[in-house]
Amino acid sequence: MEVGPGHDPIVEIHGLNHWFGTGEARKQALFDIDMTLPRGSLTVLMGPSGSGKTTVLTLAGCLRGVQDGSVRLMGHELHGAGAAQLTDLRRHLGFIFQAHNLHESLTALQNVIMGVQVRPGVPDALAQQAAARALGLVGLSDRMGYLPANLSGGQKQRVAVARAIVGNPALVLADEPTAALDKDSAGEVIDLLKRMGTARGTTTLLVTHDNRILDRADRILMLEDGRLVSP
Amino acid sequence: MSRLLQRLFGRLPIGWLQLTHKRGRFAAALAGVAFANVLVFVQLGIMNAMATATLKPYSFFTADIMISAGNANALSEGGNVARQWMLQALADPAVAAGMGLFVGNVPWDRTDGDITFTTFGIDPGRPDFVAAGLTDGFASLQVQGTAIIDRLARGLPRDEAAAIRPQSPLSFEAQDRTLTALTTFAGGGGFGGDGFMLVSDQTFLSLFPARGSAAPDHILLRLHPGADVPAAITRLRSLISDDSLRIRSYGDAAQEDLRYQQTQRPTGVIFGFGVLIGVLVGLVIVYQVLSADVADHLREYATFKAMGYGPRFFLGIVLEEALVLGLLGFLPGLVFGTAILTLMGAVTTLPLAMTPAMAATVFAGTVVFSVISGVIATRRLAAADPADLF
Repeated sequence: MEVGPGHDPIVEIHGLNHWFGTGEARKQALFDIDMTLPRGSLTVLMGPSGSGKTTVLTLAGCLRGVQDGSVRLMGHELHGAGAAQLTDLRRHLGFIFQAHNLHESLTALQNVIMGVQVRPGVPDALAQQAAARALGLVGLSDRMGYLPANLSGGQKQRVAVARAIVGNPALVLADEPTAALDKDSAGEVIDLLKRMGTARGTTTLLVTHDNRILDRADRILMLEDGRLVSP
Repeated sequence: MSRLLQRLFGRLPIGWLQLTHKRGRFAAALAGVAFANVLVFVQLGIMNAMATATLKPYSFFTADIMISAGNANALSEGGNVARQWMLQALADPAVAAGMGLFVGNVPWDRTDGDITFTTFGIDPGRPDFVAAGLTDGFASLQVQGTAIIDRLARGLPRDEAAAIRPQSPLSFEAQDRTLTALTTFAGGGGFGGDGFMLVSDQTFLSLFPARGSAAPDHILLRLHPGADVPAAITRLRSLISDDSLRIRSYGDAAQEDLRYQQTQRPTGVIFGFGVLIGVLVGLVIVYQVLSADVADHLREYATFKAMGYGPRFFLGIVLEEALVLGLLGFLPGLVFGTAILTLMGAVTTLPLAMTPAMAATVFAGTVVFSVISGVIATRRLAAADPADLF
């Protein structure tokens, strides 16, 4: 499969509908969503709880199957894509979770290496170098050998950011990445994602309630009750 | 170790790192695998001892064909065989010689406890029917009341056995008769007796007055060099009109005895189940450890799934853990198993010992049950849904 950050736009969503549950419990979560994420942009997706932000994130991130409508990721239509194709595409994405989800038995460096090793054929030495460089970018060069248990909440989140960007992904999907960070650290993380957008063309779709970072976004999209509304 | 595994797998040894992260749990898991190994070793050791003890008496004699009663499943079980069939068998041109073999248990009442000898009554004029190690002093059996006894018999003090020589014979009372041992041989305790004893057929009959010389327990036949044993057996079957008799090659008789002991006698079946239970215990322990480990790391596994790692990667991690547990649990299991078998062997004088074949079998079994447990445990990975992470 030919994928990479060269496609523009990176994500194109048209007429996207999504439901959860079956039978009488079936509930529509998204209504006719249209959205385009240009290459290198940083888009903030906002909205109240239950508005469908996470559903959009998981659909664009190949974590759920598209039920109705079209989602094109790096030129690949996700509607009807098989599990193996979705897994392949995910190797070219970066995920940042609110709860960082670092592996407790791996050091900071090893956690970040996992973000590189997902692509077969990367030599160990190269993976180590890339991981060390990514940790340096988030200011954790002196914590590479630390286990997550010995890092602060903010440091863990920065390791998670390093893990998401180490593979030079086409698209970074982030769920409240700054929630555990102080104002300066939050600004640094967003600036880093912006710099990656400029330098490498990395596109970021970020779900947040953090008003401190809104001024850094290229675009802000608002979801309410599963529908895109003007912010 | 971590670097070695990284080179081996070409990726971070996540399974190893996960296991060693919680050292207490890791040690407990290894102890569990080792325990299962010890269980299997002890049961296999006893089964091996039974096999050795069963086949041991067959090694005392050299024969090509054995004729036994139809119900004689073992050397010391079943009815008698009329001697006339031996004479009939000798009519076959391939049969060179025949000998009646009497078998019975003879207890020796000692002040420090009884010793039961599994006793063989044989023709003292046929040294060609006994193995090389027993020919020493064989001629003395021609003297009524003379015996060659097992110096490794359970309950017989080693110094007492070592002192037995033609110049300093040992006389003892058994079955209201006085027996004199001029020489000894190396047998060893078994499940049916404490040791073995060889006497002449006449001495045997004096020990068992109810038995008659015309009806030994088995008939041993030796063929002329180069004779075809299966062909001779076929001819003997037509020559001997008693269809109830079992006419087998000597080797087959030994193996059939062994199969009988292992599959039909309660002891053999119990020890066989013991091995099975040991394997099941190992399987359950490894599965429990791996299953709990997978459950503990579901969120991390879901993260890896989100990142694009596929099913083979997760199977690799769980199998890596399974193999680490199996391999590292085997080593203490081998050490403790060897120690326990050695101790049991010393106490019981049964031929209990760790053998390379046994160690290799248990090692292979451990790897197999670890892998099976690992494969079963990976089914829990299906619960790791990366969509739930957001």
